[in-house]
Amino acid sequence: MRYTKVVTLEEAIRKSGLRDGMTVSFHHHFRGGDKVVNLVVAKLAEMGFKDLHLAASSLSDVHAPLIEHIRNGVITKISTSGLRGELANEISHGLLKEPVVFRSHGGRGSAIASGELHIDVAFLGASSCDELGNASGCPRSENAKSICGSLGYALPDARYADHVVILTDDLVPYPNVPKSISACDVESVVVVDSVGDSSKISSGAIRDSKNPRDILLAKQAAKVIINSGYFKDGFSIQTGTGGASLAAVKYIRESMLEQGIKASFALGGITAHMVKLHQEGLIGRLVDVQSFDKVAAESIATDQMHQEVSAVEYASADHVGSAVHALDIVILSALEVDVNFNVNVLVGSDGIIRGAIGGHPDTAEDSALSIIVCPLLRGRIPCVVPKVTTLITPGKGVDVVVTEYGIAVNPTRPEIAARLEAAGLKVVDIHDLAAKARSIIGEPDELPFGDRVVGIVMDRHGKVLDEIHNIVD
Amino acid sequence: MEIKNAVAGTLESGDILIQIAPGDGLQVELQSSVAAQFGRQIKAVITETLSGLGIDNAYVKATDKGALDCTIRARVTAAAVRATGKDVWKD
Amino acid sequence: MMFVPGNNPGMMADAHIYGPDSIMLDLEDSVTMAEKDAARLLVHNALKSIDFGGTEMVVRINPLNTPYGRKDVEAVVKAGVDVIRMPKTETADEVRELEAEIVKVETELGCVGRTLIMAAIESALGVVNAYEIATASKRMMGIALGAEDYSANLKTQRTPGGAELLLARETIVVAARAAGIACFDTVYSNLDDMDTFRKEVELIKTLGFDGKSIINPRQIEVVNEVFAPSQKDIDKALRIIAAIKEAQAKGSGVIAVNGKMVDRPVVIRAERTVALAIASGILAKEEAL
Repeated sequence: MRYTKVVTLEEAIRKSGLRDGMTVSFHHHFRGGDKVVNLVVAKLAEMGFKDLHLAASSLSDVHAPLIEHIRNGVITKISTSGLRGELANEISHGLLKEPVVFRSHGGRGSAIASGELHIDVAFLGASSCDELGNASGCPRSENAKSICGSLGYALPDARYADHVVILTDDLVPYPNVPKSISACDVESVVVVDSVGDSSKISSGAIRDSKNPRDILLAKQAAKVIINSGYFKDGFSIQTGTGGASLAAVKYIRESMLEQGIKASFALGGITAHMVKLHQEGLIGRLVDVQSFDKVAAESIATDQMHQEVSAVEYASADHVGSAVHALDIVILSALEVDVNFNVNVLVGSDGIIRGAIGGHPDTAEDSALSIIVCPLLRGRIPCVVPKVTTLITPGKGVDVVVTEYGIAVNPTRPEIAARLEAAGLKVVDIHDLAAKARSIIGEPDELPFGDRVVGIVMDRHGKVLDEIHNIVD
Repeated sequence: MEIKNAVAGTLESGDILIQIAPGDGLQVELQSSVAAQFGRQIKAVITETLSGLGIDNAYVKATDKGALDCTIRARVTAAAVRATGKDVWKD
Repeated sequence: MMFVPGNNPGMMADAHIYGPDSIMLDLEDSVTMAEKDAARLLVHNALKSIDFGGTEMVVRINPLNTPYGRKDVEAVVKAGVDVIRMPKTETADEVRELEAEIVKVETELGCVGRTLIMAAIESALGVVNAYEIATASKRMMGIALGAEDYSANLKTQRTPGGAELLLARETIVVAARAAGIACFDTVYSNLDDMDTFRKEVELIKTLGFDGKSIINPRQIEVVNEVFAPSQKDIDKALRIIAAIKEAQAKGSGVIAVNGKMVDRPVVIRAERTVALAIASGILAKEEAL
């Protein structure tokens, strides 16, 4: 009989040599539909493991069951890019004794590659896998259920973890090629009913925002790009997934067609919008660390010019070959921007963790032009503030802030301000934006932070950038 | 001033729902996503508005969806007018 | 002119960021009877507190023959509204009745003459009386067509081509021009059909309207594009205005551009072109000075 690595989850865990106090890792390519983290940690708890360090590329609402495992001492430490929902709320109130370590995607990749973040056992979900462990986020049979496209954030774990377990809900015959994760890096393969809820992994088609404020911000962001001096043939671009970012691509497209300008590549989280421009010949290559929707996942499965990159290849500061070093323009969102252009994308204005660092600091720092798009206010919550609640992306990497009340340009980039003004755009002082926000909503009270540290923000070079304190009700 | 139960406002974003009932002194129960930063200010606007209308005894339940002060004032006044039957405009 | 429902605080606070020339907060058709009191208070407080960035603020009140109309006038005049829009105006007397109500409140406040009036014409009788309505008061700043009620009153319905509205539109433009006030066209409510909307805006611009009523910020761009003068027209207008200033500086009554005398209508059209260029965002105010 041919060799196979397929075992039960319990056998895989036993085989891995996992002991109390070790580090287990996960990726977040199944986003809000992820079933792998909860499934594996429940099994670890059942098997009596304690004191584990959970190192995920990100965590979201769906991971609320971890709260019980933290209370029971199964998990005592977490490293992640983001936290949301009830788990984030509990942690903000002091659930974990040890602070959560937050890293950017590039920072996590670097830390894994350098050994600073050592992974003992990686549990990596895959949309398809053969019996030897060649794994992919692409569908390879009619039974494919949970398709995520790129497995970029899982690749550092697969390469550097001491022991790798692939979980899949579609076991296919060898060889599962093209592969994302090589069988040579994999010790065990576990077949489960479902690695993710496909309806929550990604949305279907392009959904254009009809929110007039998003449209306004998108048009302004597009105008900034077009007049920035970086909008020329062969430029490269990355966008976030907020409504305004996505819509901006639509307006840039019109100008690309009009002016006969083509982009060399689009980077990062790839969306249906980017795929459309690529298929129209307006973007040469798609460099994909995470496929954000079904269209992107289908494209990466079939198109040679749409390629997967690992988190290290995407955004590592330590690897000068990483893609962010070749990036011209990035459009990003923010929870808060302050008058020194510092950005917070992690902690809400109520002091509770509700976001993810993602590639924000990586792309802002290394791109030639970084544009933050955010409304001045979200209801009564100000987005342009005197000082960010938590520092995630230092202002020196942030060039332009686009709001519905005007565009602020970092004083370190006077040439960009001059170009935008010449194009008739309303360039304002960021202090005036912060003051405008205050004049509308009033002066907020200080947040009731306690003196316990519940989170540590690492910068992308591995240094502590900021601390997040517990919030007291 | 004699008041009966009354409601004004909505739960839409940027609005506040004010439920007012007879009470002893001015009591405000506030539910708001911005309570940490603006709870004190929101309660102050509610009590000032009621006092300004001569209402010193009422129980107010406020469910805030990020309303600005001018909206809070308008919704509290509307609830108070409905509770007392006494309008702020001439007939 | 962008319509905003008077009982929606979120939309009210945001309306001006989209850059409409004026915002009309509505107390009439978009507010249910049960919410008239609350919307009135909301609009009153919003006008007093929110910085609309210099945008002209209009409030559409309820008709004076309803239980709400007079209270609406009191609330919005006390809040310092720029313009009161009177719905379903049919006669000049109705305008004068509204004016009397406004004067009552303004006298109490000590600011007589502050509030302007716009009359919406929404019936056959209103169209027949358009000129009398337009000249009923020196507070009249404009007249507007309300097409939904009007077409119902004509016993017809609205069509994409707008043939049913042609006489009303032309009558309103002529009445407004004869009275020396502004005229505004009705709303177009299908937000998903921007092409028909654009055609309608092109039509009413040709007819001579000063502007279009809109119900969503997404419609602003189309109106601005259609009403925007061409760069050639703007340059020409700026030259004419420069010549006027030069003539004034010299104390000369004769205005000449490129050696040709400029007639009064040409001057007026040049001024209107510059005003439109500023309103459409093509020309900065400073450049026009």
